[in-house]
Amino acid sequence: MTAPSPVHRRPMLEINRLEKRFGETRVLTSIDLSVAPGELVFVIGPSGSGKSTMLRCCNRLEEPSSGTILLDGEHVTDCRGAALDRMRLKIGMVFQGFHLYPHKSVLGNVMLAQIRALKRPKAEAKARAMEMLEHVGLAHKADAMPAELSGGQQQRVATARALALDPKVMLFDEPTSALDPELVGSVLKVMRRLRDEGMTMLVVSHEMGFAREAADRVVFMDGGVVVEAGPPEAIFGNPQSDRLKSFLARVSKDEE
Amino acid sequence: MGDFLDLFLNFEIMAKSWPLLAKGLGITAKLCAAVIGLGLAGGLMLALGALSPRRWLKWPAIAFIDLFRAIPPLVLLVFVFSGLPFAGLDLTPFLAVVIAFFLNNSAYYAEVFRAGIQSVPKGQAEAARATGLSQPQAMLHVILPQAVRNVLPDLLSNTVEVVKLTSLASVVSLAELLYSANMARSVTYNSSPLVLAALIYLAILWPLVRLISRYQRGLAAH
Repeated sequence: MTAPSPVHRRPMLEINRLEKRFGETRVLTSIDLSVAPGELVFVIGPSGSGKSTMLRCCNRLEEPSSGTILLDGEHVTDCRGAALDRMRLKIGMVFQGFHLYPHKSVLGNVMLAQIRALKRPKAEAKARAMEMLEHVGLAHKADAMPAELSGGQQQRVATARALALDPKVMLFDEPTSALDPELVGSVLKVMRRLRDEGMTMLVVSHEMGFAREAADRVVFMDGGVVVEAGPPEAIFGNPQSDRLKSFLARVSKDEE
Repeated sequence: MGDFLDLFLNFEIMAKSWPLLAKGLGITAKLCAAVIGLGLAGGLMLALGALSPRRWLKWPAIAFIDLFRAIPPLVLLVFVFSGLPFAGLDLTPFLAVVIAFFLNNSAYYAEVFRAGIQSVPKGQAEAARATGLSQPQAMLHVILPQAVRNVLPDLLSNTVEVVKLTSLASVVSLAELLYSANMARSVTYNSSPLVLAALIYLAILWPLVRLISRYQRGLAAH
């Protein structure tokens, strides 16, 4: 049994006792984490702490070794085959490396899964794609090829591609880590706007400033376990564990 | 010098033998269409099999590819044409050639497709699957278009080899281009029909070879 969530509404995303082992190596140990509807939860931690693996378990790009994951009360972990594909439509994901399809235009990137997976009529998919590109400020690049875009623009297209499927939750896996510093702002701006519109978001990122300002809750992971979780003021202003304290000290040193 | 021209570049004999060679060219074209079409389709299936995580698909596909890449195509052809009738399978020369070269050629195309698919970064498949595309959809719409583009020069090179390979069919008396030219030679006691056949092969394949070189230079420039 997991402890009742402090949020009274049913969590949008609920991770219970998640474990992940690669062979003999245990990468995640008994992770419990829930994200309320409209909540932005930030996951921080040193590299190798398992935070990306945890995120990738949420849409089963990584297969959990044990534990359950629920999206809006539905089991993600029980899905097989076509049911898993349908479940993934409700879970948007943005990757560190963007992974736009290089052989398709920006518009084609945002339309593909709408047409093939969601079975939307082409005209509707196109309208929705344009709407989403507008949303991330790139409608004027609809006909461009991904290679013609900056990293920040590519990441915003990748976000539009996920959003066009009307997901219930968005997962961001270090969305700004591969970007030049001057391009980070445009991506964070899109994320901030999504948050303001009530999107449920689980974000793995090193953008501490953004976490402090925009997150509802911050989760600190280290060595495959959740070490500390709480509102950003508590996590950054009053860290309890030594591991978090030393992590924050290291990070702030890097940022100087 | 006059003898040489008379024996190898006798235009009169070339013109006379042209109808026969044209017929042979027609059969060569049909043969190419069948072997290339089947080879591409079979090669793609074999490549997908060889890359499958399912062992019962993977190992037979790899065994097939290895086996038919290691057997000389001429040996395979003679076996299919002359060996299989003993097992009660009597094949026309055309069918024997198609089967033998399909076995050989699909194995080669499979290796090219496999290299192409493996050249596409893993993140592409992950992005596709994360947006709810099924495995076949991700393969068809995301992986394969990039894979084919990456190995297009190799696919074309292999296709050139297939066209040249079809001349081996003359061994089993299939009246394709080379066989027809050789017939014309033995009837006329003159080698000009063979030269004409060589020129026809050249006319077909030279543009292809040029295209491959240009494409490879283009890729290198990127």
